[in-house]
Amino acid sequence: MTRGLLSLLLLMLAAPVQAQTALPPAPYADRQLDDPALERKAKALMETIRCLTCQSQSIADSNASMAGDMRSEIRERIRAGEEPEHIRRWLIERYGDWVSYEPTAAPILWPLWAAPIVLLSLGLLLMRGRIKRRPRA
Amino acid sequence: MRKLLIWLPLVLFLGFLALFASGLFKPDDRVITSKLIGQALPAFTLPAAASDRPALASTQLADGKPRLLNIFASWCIPCAAEAPQLMALKQAGVEIDAIAIRDARPDVDAFLARNGNPYSRIGLDARSGVQIALGSSGVPETFVIDGKGRIAYQHIGDIRADDVPMLLQRLKDAQ
Repeated sequence: MTRGLLSLLLLMLAAPVQAQTALPPAPYADRQLDDPALERKAKALMETIRCLTCQSQSIADSNASMAGDMRSEIRERIRAGEEPEHIRRWLIERYGDWVSYEPTAAPILWPLWAAPIVLLSLGLLLMRGRIKRRPRA
Repeated sequence: MRKLLIWLPLVLFLGFLALFASGLFKPDDRVITSKLIGQALPAFTLPAAASDRPALASTQLADGKPRLLNIFASWCIPCAAEAPQLMALKQAGVEIDAIAIRDARPDVDAFLARNGNPYSRIGLDARSGVQIALGSSGVPETFVIDGKGRIAYQHIGDIRADDVPMLLQRLKDAQ
């Protein structure tokens, strides 16, 4: 029984090891750029790029090896002088809008942009009705 | 009007409930396809990933003959599972080139010795750079490349036995 449990436990430990590569991470996967301004730019971009492996995380948050490779790619490109929005477009060309967390101005997102205005005017309307109705003291 | 309005929160609540329930029961599709299908392969040059196979460059994939470009890795279990199907495709006369992702030559050699080697050329993409440039989201994936070096089709996940005729048809269509 104990042996069975132990081997089960060991198996659970072994699976993630098998699923990952043995190679060390890419040079800039977990290392910041030396220039703080460039690192800030890279970090801001990485936080809005979605991880292909852990699809609810940004590549800045994900430990997947592919996310590490993407971080390194982004940092190296920014160090070489590329603009973050250019890198975002390059990624969107490959993976679609899906890969970016930053909402675009595409027509499908117009309701999203309109929502604050609609909700605010709805609230104002509601407030006006209530204020009007209150009897004067 | 007020009487109707009082039901609005409940209706909204039920609407959300229905939305979440449908999300729970609908099979989840997390496959992210490459947006480069129909376009030319991005240019790349990769070093050799295995001891007994030459390196791979994108220019070699546009020699007039459609082929498969298999994205694999020695550390990937489904890649070992699809090896017999790749072998069958090779025996059917298909040219298969490959890119090994985040790999090392001794590991690739051991993987090929264990699972067979259906590849003509294998490039080593140690930092997934070419994988990202291809819009590929994992291993294994298999691209059908037409004779002009354009991506005709992307197969995501391991090739099962019943995918083989479909891939042969795709290769024929890419002629």
